Amino acid sequence: MAEKVVGKGIKRTEDPRLIQGLAHYVDDIKLPDTLHAVFVRSIYAHARIKKVDVAAAQKTPGVVAVYTGNDISQKIGPVPCGAAIPDMKQPDHRVLATDKVYWVGHPIAVVFAENKYIARDAADKIEVDYEELPVVLDEEKAADPKSPVIHEKIGSNIAYKLTAGEGDIEAALKAADKIVRQKIYHKRLAPIAMEGRGVLARYYPGEQELTLWTSTQIPHLARTQISLMLGFPENKLRLIAPEVGGGFGSKLNVYAEEAIMAYASMQLGRPVKWIEGRRENMQGTIHGRGQVGYIEIGCKKDGTITGFRYNVFADMGSYFQLLTPAIPTLTGLMLSGCYKIPAIQMNVTACFTNKMSTDAYRGAGRPEATYVIERAMDLVAAELGMDVVEVRRKNFPEPFGAENPFKVATGLFYDSGNYQGALDKALKMVDYTKLREEQKKARAAGRLIGVGVSTYVEICAMGPSPALPAGGWESATVRIEPTCKVTILTGASPHGQGQETSFSQIAADELGVTVNDCTVIHGDTAVVQYGIGTFGSRATAVGGTAVYLALQKLKVKATGMAAHMLGVDAKTVTFDDGKFTSGGKSVTIQEVALNAHLAKNLPADMEPGLSATTFFEPKNFTFPFGTHICVVEIDPETGEIQIQRYIAVDDCGKVINPLLVHGQIHGGIVQSLGQALFEEVVYDEQGQLISGSLMDYAVPKAAQVPWMELDRTETPSPVNPMGVKGVGEAGSIGATPAIVAAVVDALAHLGVRHLDMPIKPEHVWNILKKNKAGAA
Amino acid sequence: MKKISVTVNGTTHQSEIEPRLLLVHYLRDVLGLTGTHVGCETSLCGACTVMVDGQAVKSCTVLAAQADGSTVTTIEGLAAGGTLHPVQQAFWEHHGLQCGYCTPGMIMATAQILQRNPDPSEEEIRHGIEGNLCRCTGYQHIVQAVQCAAKKMKSQPAPANS
Repeated sequence: MAEKVVGKGIKRTEDPRLIQGLAHYVDDIKLPDTLHAVFVRSIYAHARIKKVDVAAAQKTPGVVAVYTGNDISQKIGPVPCGAAIPDMKQPDHRVLATDKVYWVGHPIAVVFAENKYIARDAADKIEVDYEELPVVLDEEKAADPKSPVIHEKIGSNIAYKLTAGEGDIEAALKAADKIVRQKIYHKRLAPIAMEGRGVLARYYPGEQELTLWTSTQIPHLARTQISLMLGFPENKLRLIAPEVGGGFGSKLNVYAEEAIMAYASMQLGRPVKWIEGRRENMQGTIHGRGQVGYIEIGCKKDGTITGFRYNVFADMGSYFQLLTPAIPTLTGLMLSGCYKIPAIQMNVTACFTNKMSTDAYRGAGRPEATYVIERAMDLVAAELGMDVVEVRRKNFPEPFGAENPFKVATGLFYDSGNYQGALDKALKMVDYTKLREEQKKARAAGRLIGVGVSTYVEICAMGPSPALPAGGWESATVRIEPTCKVTILTGASPHGQGQETSFSQIAADELGVTVNDCTVIHGDTAVVQYGIGTFGSRATAVGGTAVYLALQKLKVKATGMAAHMLGVDAKTVTFDDGKFTSGGKSVTIQEVALNAHLAKNLPADMEPGLSATTFFEPKNFTFPFGTHICVVEIDPETGEIQIQRYIAVDDCGKVINPLLVHGQIHGGIVQSLGQALFEEVVYDEQGQLISGSLMDYAVPKAAQVPWMELDRTETPSPVNPMGVKGVGEAGSIGATPAIVAAVVDALAHLGVRHLDMPIKPEHVWNILKKNKAGAA
Repeated sequence: MKKISVTVNGTTHQSEIEPRLLLVHYLRDVLGLTGTHVGCETSLCGACTVMVDGQAVKSCTVLAAQADGSTVTTIEGLAAGGTLHPVQQAFWEHHGLQCGYCTPGMIMATAQILQRNPDPSEEEIRHGIEGNLCRCTGYQHIVQAVQCAAKKMKSQPAPANS
């Protein structure tokens, strides 16, 4: 009897090609006669373009073409924004700048040459005359009517204002015994997928077929948008996401460069390729976060929360990319966190600034929400002299599920949760009571030990289509071939998450075949039916469910065929371990698969073949949750922060492959660590990107990362039959507050209640110095 | 143009190249060995790590001309006669990769670490791979993979080309 593989941490089927360097990322695909593209980008944050002189570039041997904004900006449609906020002001976002540049990195011209060295040489010869304009950099100041206006046609830097939330917030705050307030910064972050963006375009004029290889998370959505931008028939545009080297949301987008390469390949009659450099990536790929907010939380003396208000200025950047304006709305949805809060209000003022666009970066608006509510709970605890764990417990709902979903004052019904369960497990892992005693002793001995607790919940498995601009369903086709090999076509678009393995595990268990009998195909719009893509921790919860449902359809059909082959009623047939059995007789799924195609012995009313397609529309989001606990020690001489222990108990519902789940949580926690202690996109007062390389933007390195102790609880989601919640972003949402809380806690006895991220040793050292000076 | 002779993964190539051609571009674009990746422009990320005359180097910061007369091993050359190198096998078993982009460089760096220090502590491993950035894994499974590879290599001799 074959063992079930769902739930096992089996090795990935993706890995052999990756560990041998035999995979094909965009730049690994070589077509003969390919031209290489290099962009010229703005060196000013806000300026009028007086002149772009491309003559010297055009004359360079080996250069085939140079485009400027005047050449192509009206020939290609605007860069799309899929989000619509009531009354939002949307600038006209052309693929190349024409009369003005709006951020450092804004593309102005592009050179196509025989190789990338010649293209770069020629690009360096392009001269741009700029007339500098005053820059707008601070999202709060941008809203001030006295601020210079970036988009003259709009006349203001305010992209939109929005109020969200339910309950009477004024009454709730009035009813509070105490109100705690805090200004919170969510600095801009750079996603830094190790593979930057890249595009290869090829046009066959005879067949009128345009093929675009692009490092994307959303092949079908991008195909539709680019076909519209070009005015090219969608069903003759083949878009392929080859091997993709990471995304984290930065490739959940449609970029100007993709459309320009497609256009150029048609104009120039040769394949064209553009591969992003790292500095280009830091300037011109979307940034994450970018909010400055004010929290107000009302509480009773016993720690019960009465209401929570978040007034926030959201930094859009200079233009909208695909989901830019929508990200703050996701923040609003999760302001209740794990707590019963009767009244919640978010007031957003979204502003344009002279910087790159913000958009979805791992967590996409939800890290901001979890961060502010978790900081708020800690501030309430500090105000009331309560333990941070007790104030959380006080406001938790009872464990809940399908029969009694938890409704929160942001309008959502959370699917299922047991916040106490995850918390208790984490507290046990760290021996919380003993830890606090040890902390007391250590503090008395002059050591700076801090403990941070984060109890988070997040919203993912995006999502019900009414809530998602391009639809939130996911598709799957499962085919059983004549030789009983299984082919799974998924609309999900994995780029490291491992669905080639996990979807094969699901199919293997359902059909009684092996994982190696299955192959998962994704990313090619000519092969795979329309799908939505991979983002928002949705691939397994939504995409895997589509696979699961398609498998059920196949099982029904195969059972009918088997019954006919056995000469029995289908109702008497049981299917187990790859065998259909009735009354002591059986046929194997292999025999059924062959019969389905040879079609010699099928019921009269049954079509041949064994293929099923499902488009799964989820009825709700899912809500993974957990507790993270971080223990730090601060060096009193240098302010350096050492993480002594990191514990994470995460609940992502049913687990298909625990190795993959751990990998996602580890990766997410380390990105949180980056946000908490190291990372920050920095523009100087002239709008120059001074964190524009990996020398300056501090992506965490192996030696800076603590050992992460993981455990889990499993609270199935009622939203899909397998009970999967999703886990891709949870680590990047739940960990940041725990880490910051730990550092704050280490300094709490000095009166510190909050610190801004990234918390640098220098800042901590200054606090310690001041305290010593005060004490002296 | 400059004439160079470089032995890569056991095959000697005679090439005529621009003096400024980077070794990583020579490997990828001239020889078609695209397993070595480019992840940055400031020699920080390590995705381009290969062995030159037995030393792990960042091939984005080496000129092809500097490799004239040298022996280079890339990720494609690590598996001997169809058998995975113990480091590759260990990364597979321990899920030491997700998107795979940093992986060739990470594996080459690991091979060097274990050549120099067959029994590294966790701290030594983490410092050894400081020159290799990974954005996906959070490094923990990579550390476990390196520890596993160390055990494997102690009990079996590593292939000659590593």
